Amino acid sequence: MNLEIITPDKTIYKGEADLVQLPGIDGSFEILNNHAPLISALVKGKIKVKKSGSVEFYEVNGGVIEVLDNKVLILAE
Amino acid sequence: MANLKEVRVRIASVKSTRQITSAMKMVAASKLRRAQNAILGMRPYAQKLHEIMQNLSSGMDGSDEGIYAQNRGNESVLLVPVTSNRGLCGAFNANIIKATTNYIHTNLPAQLKSGNVDLYCIGKKGADIFKSRGYSIVEINTDIFDDLTFDNSVVIAEELMQIFAEKKHDQIILIYNQFKNAAVQVLQVEQFLPVSKSIADESAAEAEPKANYIFEPNKEEILEALVPKSIKVQLYKALADSLAAEHGARMTAMHQATENADSLLKDLNLSYNKARQAAITNEILEIVSGAEALKG
Repeated sequence: MNLEIITPDKTIYKGEADLVQLPGIDGSFEILNNHAPLISALVKGKIKVKKSGSVEFYEVNGGVIEVLDNKVLILAE
Repeated sequence: MANLKEVRVRIASVKSTRQITSAMKMVAASKLRRAQNAILGMRPYAQKLHEIMQNLSSGMDGSDEGIYAQNRGNESVLLVPVTSNRGLCGAFNANIIKATTNYIHTNLPAQLKSGNVDLYCIGKKGADIFKSRGYSIVEINTDIFDDLTFDNSVVIAEELMQIFAEKKHDQIILIYNQFKNAAVQVLQVEQFLPVSKSIADESAAEAEPKANYIFEPNKEEILEALVPKSIKVQLYKALADSLAAEHGARMTAMHQATENADSLLKDLNLSYNKARQAAITNEILEIVSGAEALKG
């Protein structure tokens, strides 16, 4: 799936990813390939991005996520 | 005719002024580029946020009013004029100050009389002028433009939102220069709070729900989290615009000044050479007439 993480200052991630783990309002959740369309709010925490074996972390201070047609868009702060 | 030394001193002083203005022009140009990049970097975020808001509000009936959408009239108004910290940028600050006083005197004369118009000045130049004219200023922020990032602007946005939420003021209006290109700034008078309903309605009408989204935890709560975000983005956009506009205005003003110095230098050089010529002619005349006198 295609993942984009955008902050007001710049785009910090753009590309393919296998798994994203996010800090949701009601607790942490994960998104895998072919996820159903979703809009959700995020709280302060870490985003974990897994991509063919390698794992990256991004700190966020809240945000929103939109999933549509295998495209994941995260507006982080 | 001006004497030689006088002209020489003037030429030297104009030259050094020209050096300063052309250096300031270069500095403004490079700062402008950076400020423009900040605007460009923010654009995708603002656009996507708008899209998500559209998707969200497309299914809502629009009956719920968040705390930041409450319309309480304009009994007590806070104006936020955004000026620069430094001068030498043409009419940039003068325009803002004029627009602010105009707005107060045409739209809010009654509120002014009863002391319900306050100013939250961003930028030193505006603060100085409004202070000397005796307007009531609740807060002056001059640090923001030293390091304009989203995080720093959020602090101001939250302050303003708190003022509104605590009902200290019924309406908050933003006055700033919008960046169009390096030579042109467009003055904007924008209602910051309450969030104008028309935008939400408009987007709700035009948006078709793209898919059956799952909303986690639910639409209302997401919207509640999003509205403050979009308010913060609005302020950041205004500040970034103002910063780019300031550097653009300064660049244009300094370009003008450099050109003026050039033409002044040309005139001065001409009169310097004329004076030099005249002095030489005079000297020859004296020598010749002296020799003539000896002969006779």
